[in-house]
Amino acid sequence: MSPEITLLAAVALPFVALLPVLALRRHPNLRESATLVTALCLLLLVLSLLNQVQQGGRPAARVVETLPGLSIAFEAEPLGVLFALLASFLWLVTAVYSIGYMRGHGEAHQTRFYACFAAALGSTMGVALAGNLFTLFIFYELLTLTTYPLVTHNGDAVARHAGRVYLGLLLGSSVAFFLLALIATWSLTGTLAFRHGGILAGLVAPGTAGILLALYLFGIGKAALMPLHRWLPAAMVAPTPVSALLHAVAVVKAGVFTVLKLAVYIFGLDYLAAIPLTQWLTYVAAATLLLASLIALRQDNLKLRLAYSTIGQLSYIVLGALLATPAGVLGGGLHMVMHAFGKITLFFCAGAILVASGKTRVSEMRGLGRRMPFTMAAFLIASLSIIGIPPLGGFWSKWFLGLATLDADRLAMLAVILTSSLLSVAYLLPIPLRAFFTDGKPQPQAARVQEAPLACVAALLLTALGCLLLFLLPEPLYRLLQLLAVPE
Amino acid sequence: MLILHAPALQVALPLAAAPLCVLLRSPRLAWVLATLVSWSALGIALLLAEQVMQSGPLSYALGDWAAPLGIEYRIDTAGALMLLVITSIGALVMPFAYRSVQHELREDSIALFYTCYLLCLTGLLGIVVTGDTFNLFVFLEISSLSSYVLISQGCSRRALTAAYQYLVMGTIGATFILIGVGLLYMMTGTLNMADLAQRLPAVSETRTIRVAFAFVTVGVSLKLALFPLHLWLPNAYAFAPSVVSVFIAATATKVGVYVLLRLFFTVFGAQFSFTAMHVGDILMALAAAAMLIASLVAVFQQNIKRMLAYSSLAQVGYIVLGISLATAAGVAAGMIHLFNHALMKGALFMAMGSIFLRLGSVDIRDMQGLARHMPFTVAAFVVGGLCLVGVPLSTGFVSKWYLVEAALGAGHWPLAVLVLASSLIALVYIWRVVEATCFQPAPARAGSLKEAPASMLVPTWVLIAANLYFGIDASLPSSMARQGAETLLGFAAR
Repeated sequence: MSPEITLLAAVALPFVALLPVLALRRHPNLRESATLVTALCLLLLVLSLLNQVQQGGRPAARVVETLPGLSIAFEAEPLGVLFALLASFLWLVTAVYSIGYMRGHGEAHQTRFYACFAAALGSTMGVALAGNLFTLFIFYELLTLTTYPLVTHNGDAVARHAGRVYLGLLLGSSVAFFLLALIATWSLTGTLAFRHGGILAGLVAPGTAGILLALYLFGIGKAALMPLHRWLPAAMVAPTPVSALLHAVAVVKAGVFTVLKLAVYIFGLDYLAAIPLTQWLTYVAAATLLLASLIALRQDNLKLRLAYSTIGQLSYIVLGALLATPAGVLGGGLHMVMHAFGKITLFFCAGAILVASGKTRVSEMRGLGRRMPFTMAAFLIASLSIIGIPPLGGFWSKWFLGLATLDADRLAMLAVILTSSLLSVAYLLPIPLRAFFTDGKPQPQAARVQEAPLACVAALLLTALGCLLLFLLPEPLYRLLQLLAVPE
Repeated sequence: MLILHAPALQVALPLAAAPLCVLLRSPRLAWVLATLVSWSALGIALLLAEQVMQSGPLSYALGDWAAPLGIEYRIDTAGALMLLVITSIGALVMPFAYRSVQHELREDSIALFYTCYLLCLTGLLGIVVTGDTFNLFVFLEISSLSSYVLISQGCSRRALTAAYQYLVMGTIGATFILIGVGLLYMMTGTLNMADLAQRLPAVSETRTIRVAFAFVTVGVSLKLALFPLHLWLPNAYAFAPSVVSVFIAATATKVGVYVLLRLFFTVFGAQFSFTAMHVGDILMALAAAAMLIASLVAVFQQNIKRMLAYSSLAQVGYIVLGISLATAAGVAAGMIHLFNHALMKGALFMAMGSIFLRLGSVDIRDMQGLARHMPFTVAAFVVGGLCLVGVPLSTGFVSKWYLVEAALGAGHWPLAVLVLASSLIALVYIWRVVEATCFQPAPARAGSLKEAPASMLVPTWVLIAANLYFGIDASLPSSMARQGAETLLGFAAR
């Protein structure tokens, strides 16, 4: 297959998978096989793209010119391939997990669930591999629409209300701010292409560019900068696999991925550093970081606590982009991956706990470590990775983000990063520690191991193992992101 | 031969077929004739569009009387685009009409209904092709009178008051236009648009011409339901038979906009209209008010056809906003939205027609859980609604993009914000319907409710498909609109 075809196939494949998933709605086993096979093929396609990009290639393809000068086009570049690889690998893992969860939890409308899941993944691929900002925006919006039915999966009043918040905030912010900034960029520069060093420098005054930057940052609601973060806790009513893959990886990472792309390819790091407003926007990211961590401390519902933790962790990446140094982008890019593995493990664990014991509250989880040792061990590993303690992957991204604050001479930001890490110790670690080292209510069967279905446990152990491996072997990621931070 | 007389045939064919319908009497035969005529009109419009795109504006002397004396038919790119919009909606609405009209009208009035429909089509097409201001008034009256009758045929008795309301307001509008045309004739001694454009600059500094300008502007604004002259529209759309709602919503106000374009740019000239009379400022303010207020009112409607009618008012605001910028980009954006809005509103009103056929109501409270019974119809409504909101890959997105770009290009960034804000309000009123039809539990109406017949679903989905196609590849409408706008503005410069 030529690189162009591989590129187009990687975006189209998940959408094509809708057909077998819908056609096989009466045969659950075949339907799930279709999802697994698609996810596997997608992973292989993305790996082949990765290979191209590592060798310095930039496969690109144009599909159609929608408006004069504005095309739907795709291109594989380092950051995009990294995101695509992350999403497609974790889709495969989540597909395995979903089978255990959806059946173990007896969910309804499973065909719709798997169909929307595939469509959401296709939209994510479109975001990751978009060849210009116009295409990225299109798939960004599609991602909101395809995940809406997943958020409202339960169909009750709570889900409906959550759906309203979800759609209102995500679509609202993107239409009111993102689209406005997009069209303004187009009318100021006449291009929306991704170009190393940016397209704005020399054409747009720093003051105007600052307004554009603010519009972009608040328009990208998926990056969950406060005060536009409310949709993420609301989305937690969805089934756990959705929260795990989409609201810890695909959707939220699509947001921060867009921020990173903007910093590198639209604004350009040098120009970004020269914009006066950038510094003020780093304070917004820092405030989000600290506030979200503080709110997470007070949540008793496990999924909500994880959601607020995600909001905080996303701001690390936004902060990395706004520091406008190569180390910041590198740290941000690494954190996309490290946080994804850690957070998806935590959500997998939350789902496994729900399926095996029906518990959703942190306060109910005392002594759970004896009943679910594997799950809680994975929870502990993932928590440590999110906190950023070696020997786990999360350490590296924090390391580079810390370096970036020093490069940019922003010691206050270093303090924010460290404080937030301490806060994450406080909101994450008590959960596994209490599960292992305190007794629950005296129950006769408490000593017996009673884990979630095998598919669930296998998936969460795999991603927890991933957190470890990412610490030992971060070099491929580092090299890939080096291609991004330092122009070829 | 055929191509030579195509401009005349475009109007003459439905005009001649209308009395034939009366003679036929039989509902089925009348429908067959009206369908044949509608599709032939589409064929003629395609021929004309091809010719105009290739070799520039067409001029046709009716009865071979040369221009200043006789009536001239003149078709440029903007006109060709309008003809395409009107005839393609007309052609698509006919297969849809068969079951819907059979269900909503008494058997003995069906043939007369199709007669009126053909007359309305004649009037709308005539307005577009004519190059003569008095002839334009005549066609305007043909289309208006026939649409009063069409609207009055609605099931509910409120259709009668709605039609009467429209009759009063429409007649005032027509009278204003006639007064304006009369004043113009008094000052220049001609009714031909091209002649008027040449002779007006010499007398444009007189009070008579200014008064004439004011009269025609207000008259046409009544016809196109520009806020605050819109009061006739919501009831007319809500209580008309479903087919009429589809046809009129997609075409009639659009033709009003076209008349506005013709008068402002071709007859009076952009210099006079926008620089001397400052009509741009007034239109901009009214359009902005329409976009915001009508959208907000739409949120609180229980009758969904009425909701769509208010949404149409807001969308007319978008179109007029583009025109009020008086730049090539602005006028082109207005015309693109005119094309796109015809496609989406046509589809949405068709979905409502199907729902009325099966459910007997278009009230949101009766539509709970409807997605379970009529999945394809509701799906069409959802996709059409998303087009209205302006989600990427749909026509609405293309419109919004051009409008915001034109507003930013003209230095009016608050207008750009307003366009986007208004489309978010559209999300609110569309989503009410989505939540009611998809999430509310269905009341006990059990097996009696079936999906709409294929004859109604297919045209609906053809329009939806067109919305998606022109959302992904907008080169046809955007190139025609741009060329049309340049012709309009260029004509004024000469």
